[in-house]
Amino acid sequence: MSARALRVGLPIVVLALVVFCWDLLVRAFAIPPYVLPSPGLVLATLIADAGLLWRSLLVTLTLTFEGFLLAAVGGILLAIAFNQWRLVDYSLYPYAVILQVTPIVAIAPLLLIYLPQPLAVLVCAWIVAFFPVLANTTLGLNSVDHNLLALFELYKASRWQVLWNLKLPSALPQMLTGLRIAGGLSLIGAVVAEIAAGSAGAGSGLAYRIAESGYRLNIPRMFAALLLLSLAGVAIFFALSAISYLALRRWHESAIDRER
Amino acid sequence: MSIPSPTVVSRDISTIVALRGVEKDFANGVRALDHLDLDVKAGEFVSVLGPSGCGKSTALRIIAGLSPPTVGAVEWPGGPVPIGFVFQEPTLMPWADISGNVQLPLKLAGNVDPMAVAQALDRVGLKNFAQSYPRELSGGMKMRASIARALVTEPQLILMDEPFASLDEITRFKLNNDLLALWRDLGRTVIFVTHSVFESVYLSQRIVVMTPRPGRVFTQIAIDAPYPRDELFRTSPEYGAFCRRVAEALGKAMAGGVA
Repeated sequence: MSARALRVGLPIVVLALVVFCWDLLVRAFAIPPYVLPSPGLVLATLIADAGLLWRSLLVTLTLTFEGFLLAAVGGILLAIAFNQWRLVDYSLYPYAVILQVTPIVAIAPLLLIYLPQPLAVLVCAWIVAFFPVLANTTLGLNSVDHNLLALFELYKASRWQVLWNLKLPSALPQMLTGLRIAGGLSLIGAVVAEIAAGSAGAGSGLAYRIAESGYRLNIPRMFAALLLLSLAGVAIFFALSAISYLALRRWHESAIDRER
Repeated sequence: MSIPSPTVVSRDISTIVALRGVEKDFANGVRALDHLDLDVKAGEFVSVLGPSGCGKSTALRIIAGLSPPTVGAVEWPGGPVPIGFVFQEPTLMPWADISGNVQLPLKLAGNVDPMAVAQALDRVGLKNFAQSYPRELSGGMKMRASIARALVTEPQLILMDEPFASLDEITRFKLNNDLLALWRDLGRTVIFVTHSVFESVYLSQRIVVMTPRPGRVFTQIAIDAPYPRDELFRTSPEYGAFCRRVAEALGKAMAGGVA
């Protein structure tokens, strides 16, 4: 069997086994659905509540995507500013770190006081997602081959030519790594904010559905919503990995298969 | 101790570039160059020979304007000329194909000229690799691409910093021959930094032997064997004699002795 078939096949086998054992457990001990619903019931709930859950998913995904975009643009622009003007770096970097190390769960309730809920969710998604973009892009911009820099200097390249033709392409692998991390984190940020808003919020995101279903002991719907959330996370990861692969496949070692 | 002063100190127009009393101190206090005088004539092939750490690369970077001298000056009697620089590593942009890499100097100057790129690639034998990426090429081919990039602006002066040091001997011999052919065809000036006695004798009209720490000119040796030089020259007694002379001078330079 080829390595590729194993890589796709084995996780599916593991999934089938887990679902089978889960179902067996529920049946064997007659566990009531408000404690642990069977896989079949979760699937049935997913279909029955499809409309509601889908709308919630869209709300969460939209905010996640907006947060991610803001984080990507903001992180890259700030990294460029750090790289071009040392004083900006010195002035702002400590605060970028503080934003990153303060747990988002602790910031979310505060944001919900001052901002309307969708905006608070957006800001949370942005805060957690933007630092990896900033940190990785900064590293990339600062890791340019010194001889190439000398070459650009020899040909009297302007500062912007150096940035555009040398530093940004050279930083692309690190930048894409930052974006890939940011994609997952922006979903986490959005979910944390929705959970913090809880049932008090007027929003209808997927995390809000989970909290609400919890209060109502609608455990099957909790599972269904959770399933959708993790599928969304997986989809984001694969989408960003694909973009990264497409951008790097011609030249970067990370995207090229080793030949033996 | 009598260190011989460099032979030529004339100031005629045939001198393309001259270093006058150049000293270079690095921030860590190391004196890389100590009163370096060097004249290079237009069209000449000069090698700068010395052990690693003798400041020969630093001298090349000072000529290229990449590093300012602490004391002294770089003089261009006929006015500054366009320069091509070949680094020890190929120093190609991995994200651009060979044609994109060779085109870079023209792009930065704002006049992209596909003909000039094609011509430069043709000269180094990479015509069929314009669309290849650097990672797909061998070490020798990457170095050829690097030379094509240095040639694309039609520079008067080509500075080469141990360009073939990391290549295997077979590839190095081949590139030595191709470089000599290019030099003859194009009639440019080449300053070639190397730590190889054999390479410097094979290539140059004149060898500048440098002392290490701090770097200064120890002696200069003219290699007045005729061109074209080929494998016959490489195995001739004449070549061997030159190599012996140059190696002796290098040995003395490293011992800090008298020429």
